[in-house]
Amino acid sequence: MKKQTAVEEKKHKLTGGDLVLSISCYIIFTFCAILCVYPFYYIFINTISANDLSAKGAIIWYPVGIHFTNYIQALHIDGLARATQISVMRTVIGTGFTVCASAFLGFMFTQDKMWGRKIWYRLVVATMYFNAGIIPWYLTMKNLHLTNNFWGYILPVVVSPFNIILTKTFVESVPKELQEAAEIDGAGVLRIFFQIMIPVIKPIMATVAIFAAVNQWNAFQDTLLLVTDTKLYPLQFILYQYLNQASSLSSLANTSSSNSLAAAAAATQQTATSIRMTITIIVVIPIMLVYPFFQRYFVKGIMIGAVKG
Amino acid sequence: MNNNTAARKKWNSFKLFLYILPFIVLVLLFSYYPLYGWLYAFYDYRPPKPFSEAEFVGLKWFKSLVENPIKIAQIVQVMKNTFAMSGLTLGTSWLPMLFAVFLNEIRSVKFRKFIQTVTTLPNFISWVLVYSIAFSLFNSTGMMNSLLQGIGVIDTPILFLQTTEHVWFKQWLWLTWKNLGWAAIMYIAAISSIDEELYEAARVDGATRMQIIWHITIPSLLPTYFVLLMLNIANFLSNGMEQYYVFQNAFNKDWIQVLDLYVYNLAMGSGSYSVSVALSMLKSVVSLVLLLVANGFSKLVRGESFI
Repeated sequence: MKKQTAVEEKKHKLTGGDLVLSISCYIIFTFCAILCVYPFYYIFINTISANDLSAKGAIIWYPVGIHFTNYIQALHIDGLARATQISVMRTVIGTGFTVCASAFLGFMFTQDKMWGRKIWYRLVVATMYFNAGIIPWYLTMKNLHLTNNFWGYILPVVVSPFNIILTKTFVESVPKELQEAAEIDGAGVLRIFFQIMIPVIKPIMATVAIFAAVNQWNAFQDTLLLVTDTKLYPLQFILYQYLNQASSLSSLANTSSSNSLAAAAAATQQTATSIRMTITIIVVIPIMLVYPFFQRYFVKGIMIGAVKG
Repeated sequence: MNNNTAARKKWNSFKLFLYILPFIVLVLLFSYYPLYGWLYAFYDYRPPKPFSEAEFVGLKWFKSLVENPIKIAQIVQVMKNTFAMSGLTLGTSWLPMLFAVFLNEIRSVKFRKFIQTVTTLPNFISWVLVYSIAFSLFNSTGMMNSLLQGIGVIDTPILFLQTTEHVWFKQWLWLTWKNLGWAAIMYIAAISSIDEELYEAARVDGATRMQIIWHITIPSLLPTYFVLLMLNIANFLSNGMEQYYVFQNAFNKDWIQVLDLYVYNLAMGSGSYSVSVALSMLKSVVSLVLLLVANGFSKLVRGESFI
């Protein structure tokens, strides 16, 4: 009897202020979604529209005069192929190193028998809470001959405390009996790691891989500090240079867009705008492709990290 | 015999350490060895002259930070910017919680998942890309100017990015655009772990959805909020330099230079390595104190530390 009235009440309430709440939630979140999607959409439709129109800023809602020459011509943009190669290489190699090191260290730091285990673990984790500052770091890298050196992108991030905490937490949740059984069979620590642990901790390795790959792909500051050799510039840096140029041009040509108009004679001829936007899309596409499919790994990562962070 | 196994045990335990030694060396090289660079703050170091030839100057650079009026004015401005950016972030740190609470009110799972995916995406693009987007939308031929000119609000394009106005607020907007969805994820997970019986009981008592949010959901999220707030406080001086570096230009420079960027600009822009190191040393010390205070406060309030 009591329950029934409760249900009735609930229905009654739903028609009142709750309805307003529901509708405003839908409106607000749709607005949020548009704010997050439209910028990418805007840049994309501009890259496939007539270049003279996009340089004028005439493309706002939908593409006009669709063509894909911008992406074909992008192949010939100075240094872009090279930069793509660098970006891919640092992402692949850097991720590989970070994943292997995190898995191995995350596992090793659970081995109670290790000499000084707690000290080493704290030594590693403490690096999350302090850093010497960018200038001392830069001078260190210089001393180690890691400036203008591809390995300067990789070596400093091999040991990453956050990822080690992630794997360690995961390894701790694996039943101890698994390792004990293998030990009784006479397996050494390395064999236990490679043959027993790795298959079990694959999910967390995937999470670490995703984090590491995104970080490598997005990295910009290390190039800024360490690299003057243009052959080692990754995509992010090339994009920044184009932006920087465009930015100083646009503050010079303060009043009108006549400059960029004159530059764009034909619909398919490259303009500063078309180059800039095309590179933007090229840089963003790997993230777009990877992200929706691996979102659950990201979420899992931040959850485990939150417990022990 | 016994002795032998003991020695062997010791060797095995040491062998485990040897396996991780290469990684420990990396940590020492890249995280601890740079600390030695703090010495530069006490020397007159001018590259390309090697450090060994630099002259010891004691606290000269620290004093220079508070003696030269031009420098003082500069640092005051930098601190204003830093406090403004961190203050805005702290003051709006409840936004992700609100985002999560109201997202949870949406019944359609598909729509909710879609919103979550779309709003977390900006977190995974670099600041260079964010700047590229900002530039595309807000430069003189960008979408905003085309739109405003199209409907006749303005005649000449507004240079949104090259101006001294509302720099802090605009930077905060970009920061929020990038982070909000991702920051909300923590709260979304926390909401899903709230005991369903609490909600049932409230519904039976005839609470409206607003009342349920106010009396059950938000109180259950406060512990999470508190931890994140403490972390924010510990990072008060560390805004990072990447965002401000890519957005800086000749016009907004005075208002965008936060401490991290100033430290970089001092060294790489004007070659004042030693002053820059002195400043970043001070920053590290203050940050450490903030971290310990926040952690102590957390122990006091929640009986738990977060380090």
